[in-house]
Amino acid sequence: MALVLTEEQNLLRDSARGFIGDKAPVAHLRKLRDTRDETGFSRALWKEFAEMGFAGVLVSEAHGGSGMGHMEAGLVMEEIGRNLTPSPFFATAMLGATALNKAGGARANELLKKLAAGDLLLALALDEKSKHAPSKIDTSAKKSGNGFTLNGAKTFVVDGHVADLLIVVARTDNGLTLFLVDPKAKGVAIERTVMVDAHNAARATFDNVALDADAVLGEVDGGAAILEAVLNVGRAGLAAELMGLSEEAFARTTAYLKDRKQFGKAIGEFQGLQHRAAHLFCELEVTRAAVMRALQTLDEAPEKAGPIVSLAKSRACLSGDLAVREGVQMHGGVGMTDAFDIGLFMKRARVAQELFGDAGFHADRIARLRGY
Amino acid sequence: MADIETFRRETRAWLEANCPAEMRTPPDEENDRCWGGRNWKFKSEAQRQWFEAMRDRGWTVPDWPKEYGGGGLSKEETKVLRQEMRALNCRAPLDSFGIWMLGPALLKYGTDAQKKEHLPKIARGEIRWCQGYSEPGAGSDLASLQTRADDHGDHFIINGQKIWTSYADKADWIFCLVRTDFSAKKHEGISFVLFDMASPGVTTRPILLISGKSPFCETFFDNVKALKSNLVGVQNKGWDVAKYLLTHERDMIGAMGLGGGRPLGQVAADAIGVENGVLDAPVLRADLARLEVDAWAFQLAMERAVDLSKAGQSHPAYSSFLKYYGTELNKRRHELTMSTLGSDGLEWESARSQEGDAPRAWLRTKANSIEGGTSEVQLNIITKRILELPGA
Repeated sequence: MALVLTEEQNLLRDSARGFIGDKAPVAHLRKLRDTRDETGFSRALWKEFAEMGFAGVLVSEAHGGSGMGHMEAGLVMEEIGRNLTPSPFFATAMLGATALNKAGGARANELLKKLAAGDLLLALALDEKSKHAPSKIDTSAKKSGNGFTLNGAKTFVVDGHVADLLIVVARTDNGLTLFLVDPKAKGVAIERTVMVDAHNAARATFDNVALDADAVLGEVDGGAAILEAVLNVGRAGLAAELMGLSEEAFARTTAYLKDRKQFGKAIGEFQGLQHRAAHLFCELEVTRAAVMRALQTLDEAPEKAGPIVSLAKSRACLSGDLAVREGVQMHGGVGMTDAFDIGLFMKRARVAQELFGDAGFHADRIARLRGY
Repeated sequence: MADIETFRRETRAWLEANCPAEMRTPPDEENDRCWGGRNWKFKSEAQRQWFEAMRDRGWTVPDWPKEYGGGGLSKEETKVLRQEMRALNCRAPLDSFGIWMLGPALLKYGTDAQKKEHLPKIARGEIRWCQGYSEPGAGSDLASLQTRADDHGDHFIINGQKIWTSYADKADWIFCLVRTDFSAKKHEGISFVLFDMASPGVTTRPILLISGKSPFCETFFDNVKALKSNLVGVQNKGWDVAKYLLTHERDMIGAMGLGGGRPLGQVAADAIGVENGVLDAPVLRADLARLEVDAWAFQLAMERAVDLSKAGQSHPAYSSFLKYYGTELNKRRHELTMSTLGSDGLEWESARSQEGDAPRAWLRTKANSIEGGTSEVQLNIITKRILELPGA
């Protein structure tokens, strides 16, 4: 596949850019943050996402979705990144939909319908340590009667405090199993954790939570394959979000370089800043190619997507980090103020880097795959 | 798409049948490449076979028109051919400044007679070209060049000196920037001319580099005659041709960022050892992994550059990005190669080290970010033409 957007994808990007830029610019995030909004995003806006076909972007038309692909989902993530929009799109439309698609079955299909309509919010409860480590799962689900008893603690659960259902990754006798857990069930405790970026996250603990057999998503002990698919989609989505975020931070920074005057001229006339800006441009171009190929691979050969998705996430973390650091530095004193937006980009980039593995995690993964 | 898949299958089968095993190993930096030209001597029978098979299909220049000796392939087919060659590790059948630099400039700016005269000889590897750009006083500030060409009606008489002329001592012809108007502003008095290096008055002197090799020369012109029929583009407007050619030179140099040969991580695993699947040198491993991430992504960026140009979405200064990034990457790769090889990588003369192949290649890469416009010049171009920052 050529590493350029098709005509349809260009149209979708334009419509996502217009819609999200109009309805949820950075001011939208500020308002949610400053009013300490309990939900952390706008439910009305999420309904509009559903009407646009975005909530069901990865849900087939047979199950009420718009049946688009990962490239299209990535384009929406890019615009979310550009505007720092708090949205259930990541946890529900990308992670949740992928888990349900992969698991299949009557219940999953029912849930997909609700999800695509904007009537179901999901949250993935995976990590237990402060650094992403999907192989280190201590949360356990022990057989008891016809069902299971769930015990453990999860952290960094995106949208955990508002989700209608949690998708919990737990260890069972012979592997990992994914469970659909009602957050209101006895023994479940959820604590919203206000994060540096003012986006949603939560801790969840499970104390002898009784689960029915039908809480299992997919097969018992068959969770690893679903989880891998979910992680691939999530990591590529975050890479796309970081790409959009970085480009917007860069655009704002170059605009500032042209505007701000010191020593009687625009600071963008100084070669010390020019070369750093030009270098950053190059880093972003290199990342874009990797992100596009990762999203394409998820559409065309998802079973082979692991390494290229790691490449995309690793690169997007590196260049995104550079973009926001240079952004704040080149804005000078005003870059340190809360009134200026550039700092918000730095905060969100930090969180998006940490989610599902940072640049080092994914570089390490690639090195292992290559035998060193 | 069905047609392109047929083309891919047929191409793969043809390459498998026609590319000798010896030509499917990575070439040594200087010695294994086929450069062609009047005095070319093939290094091996396999090199000759591979060159001739590709030449006869026009695949030394697959995307040039057939009437000029090319393969007449579409951009899509050319891309497929390159992919299939890479998949089989096929060497380039012919390395040539004529192919990489002069050819594209002639296709755009040459007269029909010039194209017919020069392009087929490039395609068939009959004439080896060198590039007369830099001068002792005109490096990064190339447009200040002083080599003069005096107008004598149907020809010029050329006097002056070039430097860093790659392989001038081995080349048959030169494409050369000369000043034809000394009263105009520096960019507006330059012309682009072609002439035979065997002409009376041309002398070359190789320059010994830190690598111990002499790929570059000083080149002197003492009343050298060049026919005006070999003036490319408009007299005094040679800077346009020069800049266009430079974008192709930058693509060529930037492509070095793709690397080649055995993956460095595996070289390191063999040289240093692996414990529990992880290289037994954690800090070096981190550097290698980061290089691998950047190099793989850069490879995709090169691919995207081709796709962007095919879709008519490429920025004219994009080659400066590729040149800058690719050369910095290649320098990094060779630094890490040296760290990986340890003391084995320091031997300069032994047969074991292929006469110091690794350290000489490492030193050679230091020129990558100087030749064809320094990294700093590329950043200036990106600043001015893509970012449009003021005063650049």
